[in-house]
Amino acid sequence: MTMKTVFTKTNGLTDNPTHYCPGCTHGIIHRLVAEVLEEMDILENTIGVASVGCSVLSYEYFNCDMTQAAHGRAPAVATGVKRVLPDRFVFTYQGDGDLASIGISEVIHAAARGEKITVIFVNNAIYGMTGGQMAPTTLIGQKTATTPFGRDESIQGSPIKVCEMLATLDGTAYIERASAHDVQHIQKAKRAIRKAFEAQKNGLGFSMVEILSTCPTNWGLDPYESLEWVKDNMIPAYPLGVYKNKQGGN
Amino acid sequence: MGKVLMKGNEVIAEAAVQAGCKYFFGYPITPQSELVAYMARRLPEVGGLFLQAESEIAAINMVYGAAGTGVRVMTSSSSPGFSLKQEGISYLVGSELPAVVVNVVRGGPGLGNIQPAQSDYFQVTKGGGHGDYNIPVLAPASLQEIVELTSEAFDIADRYRTPVILMGDGMLGQMMEPVEFGERNESELPEKKWATTGTRGDGAPKIITSLELNAEALEQRNHKLQQKFARIKENEVRYETYKIDDADYIIVAFGTVARIALNAINKARQQGLKVGLIRPISLWPFPEKPFFETRDRVKGYIAVEMSAGQMVEDVRLAVNGHAAVDFFGRTGGVVPTQEEIYQKLLSVSGGITV
Amino acid sequence: MLEEIIIAGFGGQGVMSMGQLIAYAGMLEGKGVSWLPSYGPEQRGGTANCSVVVSDEPVGSPLVTSPSTAIVLNNPSFEKFEHRVRPGGLLISNSSLVTRASKRCDIEIIEITATDMASDLGNTRVANMILLGAYLGFTKVVTCDSIIESLKKVLPEEKHHLIEVNKQALNKGASMIPVIGQS
Repeated sequence: MTMKTVFTKTNGLTDNPTHYCPGCTHGIIHRLVAEVLEEMDILENTIGVASVGCSVLSYEYFNCDMTQAAHGRAPAVATGVKRVLPDRFVFTYQGDGDLASIGISEVIHAAARGEKITVIFVNNAIYGMTGGQMAPTTLIGQKTATTPFGRDESIQGSPIKVCEMLATLDGTAYIERASAHDVQHIQKAKRAIRKAFEAQKNGLGFSMVEILSTCPTNWGLDPYESLEWVKDNMIPAYPLGVYKNKQGGN
Repeated sequence: MGKVLMKGNEVIAEAAVQAGCKYFFGYPITPQSELVAYMARRLPEVGGLFLQAESEIAAINMVYGAAGTGVRVMTSSSSPGFSLKQEGISYLVGSELPAVVVNVVRGGPGLGNIQPAQSDYFQVTKGGGHGDYNIPVLAPASLQEIVELTSEAFDIADRYRTPVILMGDGMLGQMMEPVEFGERNESELPEKKWATTGTRGDGAPKIITSLELNAEALEQRNHKLQQKFARIKENEVRYETYKIDDADYIIVAFGTVARIALNAINKARQQGLKVGLIRPISLWPFPEKPFFETRDRVKGYIAVEMSAGQMVEDVRLAVNGHAAVDFFGRTGGVVPTQEEIYQKLLSVSGGITV
Repeated sequence: MLEEIIIAGFGGQGVMSMGQLIAYAGMLEGKGVSWLPSYGPEQRGGTANCSVVVSDEPVGSPLVTSPSTAIVLNNPSFEKFEHRVRPGGLLISNSSLVTRASKRCDIEIIEITATDMASDLGNTRVANMILLGAYLGFTKVVTCDSIIESLKKVLPEEKHHLIEVNKQALNKGASMIPVIGQS
């Protein structure tokens, strides 16, 4: 009896085992990006930029040329790469501490300049690698190592909604917020990533997909509870959907 | 091409273009803004790209990205902005990426002022950013020398896969002098097989990173870097001397200060005082040889700087107690005058006895 | 020959371009030259100044502190630089605007009502060239022809019609020297 192959690991990822915690959705999001690169047949023409945070080692996992950037600076590094090599695909892979805090200036200006790069923005509302401190995206009331009594708007201000903010800039071509908490949303997230890279391919401008993600370790929840927490707490604060679509279509 | 009268900042830019630098990421700051403006005009003419970044931090990281693709790339700034670039410079060193970074030094600390200074000597020669590293630093004294050294800076960067700093001061950046852009000597340089340009059938993906989580492995990598620094120390020392053969006293000065010192030395010579000059051109690696050769026969050295005394420490290390080392400096953007240096010479040497 | 010049005046009086023209002309004549501006906020109003060195040898220091010649175009510049001229040196002042007279006996002093004379030529902006003409007439550091040559190279094509009035101003300044006398 011959077996039919119905699923294989994408060639967009290397064989290196990832270091991510159980229940973390980074691995899923890596796979989605890698599948899109493979399906668009652009792996050999892509340079990825890894950031600082849990995904600092993403250059070990993506099966394309990779460069590692200083904390928050990935959009500036990607700008340098893309401006020299305008016919290649360039993406950054950044977490919410990296992108929304220390790197907010770089991402805003890359977006404003309409840099033809794709930013994969993984938002889990916390600093993961450094041990669960407050991020700019931490929800009001959420307890972290540096907000032990919960984030208090009167002290720490309110969360930054990056998609909404960047969508106001003329340089952005495709902005969508997706989530990785269940199969249906994971498939939707992949379509969003595909659209973002297509916007880059068509030279329309800056594209970004924000993907709501989990951090069971620092949230103090088990993997299943974490997925529920995304659905119950993060999505209401960070509405999913397309915030900018210059190329039209759904 | 004959001689042209140009501003120092513009000479740096043109020399870079002629050295094959087609990419520049900059941010305005006095007294180097003419360099940025020149590049904005000039690079499109050679099919290159100028981009004004949102900050010095972004600019140096754009340089990092561009350098990773294997092209010649440059950024420039002045002291406060140069401090902001330190993070990126440390990453360039750690990831072994070639680039040229210009510092047209002004008065500090803090916002300081915009007048000429050399008070970033420690910063450029002793690291500046985090981690164990050195960077080749070239300090031209004239606009013609800028032409040569800018070209060499790019060659050194490519030869050793390292950032190279070109250090001037506000005076050098703002002044005009005749310069001539001759034919460049093309040196043989290693192929950039490490560049990340997309694999394109080239085999396995390449990675540019300064991260190494394993302590032993990072130590190994650091050993490799140190070996590279040792090779640079061996091969890339540059300096100039003036009338040191019979000198009783030697002034040590670099950049524009060396020119002012030269006037003072000539005046002293006319008065019968035997004085010479050592002018370090590479600040790192610091030229030790002319000190080894003179320290047992001269009465003393006088370091003259536009700082409270920074290079003088390297002079002391090179002299190592064999002779007296004195210092004269002005800070905050005050330029030492020929007369002040002359007076210092008189007081150190005990005056003229004829 | 080693001539170290400071030229000072209000921003907009053309002190920077005067200095650049001397340096350019010196370069055309194969001399060692340098030009160094004061820069920064002090350029906006107050006194702007530049140091120019012209020498038979390559230029040492581009920074002039005790000039062999100071050309001052307004009162603040007179106050700042009159006392710095080295003994035996030269002070040229635009007496249309400089209301003070130097009491120094150890330097040559030339006073020229340059702004008024420029006005007579129909363009007050060439006052600087009248002073430059007088300076060159007196010192012969470079020739007026080299200055005109330099103007042709420095000015963009669409401004070449201004060369004539600049030339007139230069010659007018130079012609003042025999009148004043080289005492």
